[in-house]
Amino acid sequence: MKNKIKVLRAEHELTQEQLAVKVEVSRQTINAIEKGKFDPSLPLAFKISRLFNKSIEEIFQNE
Amino acid sequence: MKEKKEPRVEVARKNTLHLALWTGAWVITLAISTFGTKGNDALTIIAILVNFIVGIGMILANIRHLKGLDELQRKIQLEAFGIALGLAVVAGISFSSLDQTNIISYNAEISHLVILIGVTYMAGVLIGNSRYR
Repeated sequence: MKNKIKVLRAEHELTQEQLAVKVEVSRQTINAIEKGKFDPSLPLAFKISRLFNKSIEEIFQNE
Repeated sequence: MKEKKEPRVEVARKNTLHLALWTGAWVITLAISTFGTKGNDALTIIAILVNFIVGIGMILANIRHLKGLDELQRKIQLEAFGIALGLAVVAGISFSSLDQTNIISYNAEISHLVILIGVTYMAGVLIGNSRYR
């Protein structure tokens, strides 16, 4: 699954570590999601979308 | 006043430390019950009981450790546990069969299985972590 987390993170001037703290996961998890190695659960996807004030579909796209 | 939530990384670190301490205590009490009370049945029974109770503490610490992890870390742990358990069953049965049919000269001990599970689990965690790095 592709996503725009890296772009949104840059727009909001957040590091992976800062985003990880905000959505209560490890930095490793944010990194794996950004690289498309790991698909987040629905609750985590909602947390990320709420944080960036976007819908889930705007952030995550099925390949 | 709302209590400040501890970051997940800190919680995981603390839980890992607690698990390591409980595991260390379990190993020490196991060593005492195995080697330290030879010839004294009453002391041996007490040592085994203490080892069993500490073992329960270790299991609870492991559960707390797993609950403190995030979803990716849990996935890595689950895969490592799955591989370790699967290999332990398959290799354990094969090893036991080799022993029972006297194809191997030494006895298949439970300690061999514990070592196999431990090594496989650690390898599984390392491989899982490197895969999602």
